[in-house]
Amino acid sequence: MDWLLDPSVSTFGPDIDRIYYIILVITGAVFFGTELLLVYFLFRYRHREGQRAEYIHGSTKAEVIWTAVPFVIVVVLAFMSAPVWNRIKNPEVFPADSYEVMLTARQFEWETRYAGADGQFETADDFTLLNRMNVPVDRPILIHLASEDVIHSFFVYDFRLKQDAVPGMVIPIWFEAIQTGEYTLGCAELCGTGHSTMDGIVAVQPQAEFEAWEATQVAARQAVLGGVLASLDIGAEAGNGAVTSGLAEGAATPMHEHGDF
Amino acid sequence: MSHVATKTDYDLLPFAGEHHEELSFVRKYIFSTDHKTIGKQFLFMSLLFLLLGGTLATVMRWQLGFPGTPLPVDILPETMAPGGIILPEFYNSLVTMHGTFMIFFAIMPLLVGVFGNLLIPLQIGAADMAFPKLNMFSFWLAVPAGFIMLASFFVEGGAAGAGWTSYAPLSTSGEFTGVYLGQQLWLISLFLLGFSSITGAVNYITTIINLRAPGLTWFRLPLTVWALFITAILVLLAMPILAGGLIMLLTDQTLGTTFFKPELGGEPLLWQHLFWYFGHPEVYILILPAMGIVSEVIANGARKPVFGYHSMVFAIAAIALLSWIVWGHHMFMSGMNPRLGMTFMFTTIVIAVPSAIKVFNWLGTLWKGNIHFTTPFLHSVAFVALFIIGGLSGVFMASTPVDIPIHDTYFIVAHIHYVLFGGSLFAIFSGITYWYPKLFGTLMNETWGKIHFIGTFIAYNLAFFPMHGIGLQGMMRRLYDPTLYAYLQPLQPWNVFISYSVFVLFAFQFIFAANFLLSIWKGKKAGPNPWRANSIEWSAPSPPPHGNFERMPVVYRGPYEYSVPGAREDFILQTDPPDSSVAPHHTSASTSH
Amino acid sequence: MTSHAAAIPMDQRRPEPGVEFYTMKLGMWIFLLSEIMFFTSLIGAYVILRFAHPEQWAYPGEVLNVPLTAINTFVLICSSVTMVKAFAALEHDDQKGLQLWLVATILLGSTFVGVQVYEYIHLAADGFIPVAANYSAEGGPLYGSTFYLMTGFHGLHVTIGVFALIGVLIRSMGGHFNSKKVGGVEIMGLYWHFVDLVWIVLFTIVYLV
Repeated sequence: MDWLLDPSVSTFGPDIDRIYYIILVITGAVFFGTELLLVYFLFRYRHREGQRAEYIHGSTKAEVIWTAVPFVIVVVLAFMSAPVWNRIKNPEVFPADSYEVMLTARQFEWETRYAGADGQFETADDFTLLNRMNVPVDRPILIHLASEDVIHSFFVYDFRLKQDAVPGMVIPIWFEAIQTGEYTLGCAELCGTGHSTMDGIVAVQPQAEFEAWEATQVAARQAVLGGVLASLDIGAEAGNGAVTSGLAEGAATPMHEHGDF
Repeated sequence: MSHVATKTDYDLLPFAGEHHEELSFVRKYIFSTDHKTIGKQFLFMSLLFLLLGGTLATVMRWQLGFPGTPLPVDILPETMAPGGIILPEFYNSLVTMHGTFMIFFAIMPLLVGVFGNLLIPLQIGAADMAFPKLNMFSFWLAVPAGFIMLASFFVEGGAAGAGWTSYAPLSTSGEFTGVYLGQQLWLISLFLLGFSSITGAVNYITTIINLRAPGLTWFRLPLTVWALFITAILVLLAMPILAGGLIMLLTDQTLGTTFFKPELGGEPLLWQHLFWYFGHPEVYILILPAMGIVSEVIANGARKPVFGYHSMVFAIAAIALLSWIVWGHHMFMSGMNPRLGMTFMFTTIVIAVPSAIKVFNWLGTLWKGNIHFTTPFLHSVAFVALFIIGGLSGVFMASTPVDIPIHDTYFIVAHIHYVLFGGSLFAIFSGITYWYPKLFGTLMNETWGKIHFIGTFIAYNLAFFPMHGIGLQGMMRRLYDPTLYAYLQPLQPWNVFISYSVFVLFAFQFIFAANFLLSIWKGKKAGPNPWRANSIEWSAPSPPPHGNFERMPVVYRGPYEYSVPGAREDFILQTDPPDSSVAPHHTSASTSH
Repeated sequence: MTSHAAAIPMDQRRPEPGVEFYTMKLGMWIFLLSEIMFFTSLIGAYVILRFAHPEQWAYPGEVLNVPLTAINTFVLICSSVTMVKAFAALEHDDQKGLQLWLVATILLGSTFVGVQVYEYIHLAADGFIPVAANYSAEGGPLYGSTFYLMTGFHGLHVTIGVFALIGVLIRSMGGHFNSKKVGGVEIMGLYWHFVDLVWIVLFTIVYLV
């Protein structure tokens, strides 16, 4: 068992971890303090022949102290936590100039949608990945998170990022990865019988590599749209994620306005 | 001159007051209006459900420890575990029904139904509840609720599988889970149980306000009664909110309404708001009576007045009040407005303060005491030790940014079990052992009680403490097979370890069951006051007759007057007249320490 | 506080005059608190859904029959008045008056339920139904869902009240109540006024806003 968190690879990860370790130290101290005191009292004041307990009803001074001290500690913790929470979750202060993708959850898979050549979502030139998301390193990524059926929860432990995907809502979330690599995307909300199979990969690539990959995808999509017979193998370039058509299931648009069930 | 209870009286008239009316078997044991019998009925029912909930947990732990391995005993039908291998849909039913049974059919009726019924009239010196027939009605409403919930395992599609929280829209339609009728039975059962709880709460509140014995002022009430009183208020006001939600979810499933169906304009988050607006007070419904029991038993074991009685009462009230404005902390990741998340963080984290006050007061009660290590006392001290852990782990989740990685992981599973098992259930063991004489007239076996305690305490911590760690490493809850995630595979040895610990923990409970059942017949006769305690119930015979007290008790002091200087004994019954404090005459007290 | 009531045997305690009645009244008040929370959950859900989806609602009067329901509301308010009259008659030991006013209350309550059923039938015929399938009135199915949920559960409370009043009436004909023993009538009155009050809130929210 491990009380230490695995290292985080997002820009805000260390902020979360810092508060976590502060709370760990404080609660750890309280834990050892109270438990040791408890054990000491049990030993020290155990019944012995002829002993009698002292007739004490309490102490106002003690009550005031142990009301005020925890109060101050927890309020300080809350004030420390608030700006970090705000930075991570408040859409109004999300970083500008993010790279945008759409991520749609459904039983039991994730579909990532890229805007394609025109930079607009929900257009014919969009291209999608299944159970995989390729993103550039060192750049804020803005995800429009949606769900098509039930509530799922986007969870990438290494980014310290979690957000429920709620049908009927499109929820913006962001992160900025500081290290390339492949990170597991999991579903953290019970979503049906296949809940535990709903894993995917967030592949953080170097900027240049990502741009090259994106250009290939855009071109491939344009080729399909241009009526040129495109090879169905283009998915191979997307690593182990398969490329699916942006048009084939046009009805199942992630940015739905209710009614595409 | 007041009537003085003597040993002779009670021995000659073990059922004083009952000789007036001969009740038939059915009126006496089945459709009884006697609060003690109803308490016993709740006790047997909820202990059975506790056993069932525990059994479901062991089956779950088998799957988590050894995914894909056939169960050692292959007795489950094809629809649940063909060839002994647990199906994912059955696993989801296990998750759901374990939570449902434990929360609604075990812990809640044990704390509220059993101790509420047994203790309220006895500790306030009343003959019975204010509405004995309503009391009977509330038990006989809980029984069909339990049967319906049980039956749902055997209907087409199996039992509900959307978690005990039944989040919409997963729960709104069978097409998402494969569970149709089972989910509806879940809703109907909880609706009945909710109605049963509300009628119980009306009864408790009225009884405590109206039927207190002369001299029993509010601040002379035992903390158990205070806790049950405030709990009953929470039940009264929280349950109807759930009822509204249950009805809407049921019509969404059966009639085709659209309250929670997003494709037709419904709001899935509305269910979560309704559920947690009920659900957070519910969490305190499941812990406040336990805190009352623990305060009572710790003072008794330490032979000392409860430290800071008034601040204990105010802390209970503060927790209850705060519980209405913290429900959003269950929804930090739900897509609710992040500003609300921040507000709820402040209200939530403040709840740590009254909880801390209670812990420090318990420690203060032990300080300079004269501690007798009885079985109930050990369980109560374990409550304090484990509640500290459960309370402190709550601080992590209250801090919204830290909640992001640990929300919906095994960290929360550890937290809830430290509060509800380490907390509530240890208090229940304590309470059952402590008040056993008032139920059955005998004492439970102390040796076996201590063996059960030590085994449970160790196995419990081995099972649940490591869950904090695997949660911090990112293991999500409610996973059918954690090994499907590559990054969770290194944690699998811990899952195996936890599973073995749970099996041991489960096995130890049979010691309690045997001790509980056998002591009814074989237990040592208790006498009216085996723990040498102060509160009113200990002036009545064990078990008290129909009507409880031969004469209306009159109360002269608070319930925790232990070790009063100058008094001959280290306890004084609340009902002993003032002059008796110097030369007490509770000859009836038999010591058992 | 410390009066020597210890000499009172337990079995002589309950029939203490007035005590039982007071307890019942207290119990009813406490139960009504719970009822308030129940309607709060329904009203809260209504408010949240309506704010989230104003497009699913119609203007007041567009779908619902406001004049008819206004009259019906008046009927229910009158039934509260007759209930008060019944209680007043009882306090003067006027058994005939008690029974008369109880009958009036029952009739007014039944009328209210009857008119509500009539309204339901007409609304459903116009396509205003609680379910999404075949919904064809103005607004959307959420409007129908919430309308029938709230008015339906209120109607259920009135119906239960009418049956309970019939029970009280039967007992009053057996001479069960007098000015010293008003318990059942007064408690029934509390419930009835509560149901009346809830309707005024529901009428405002569902029909007028």
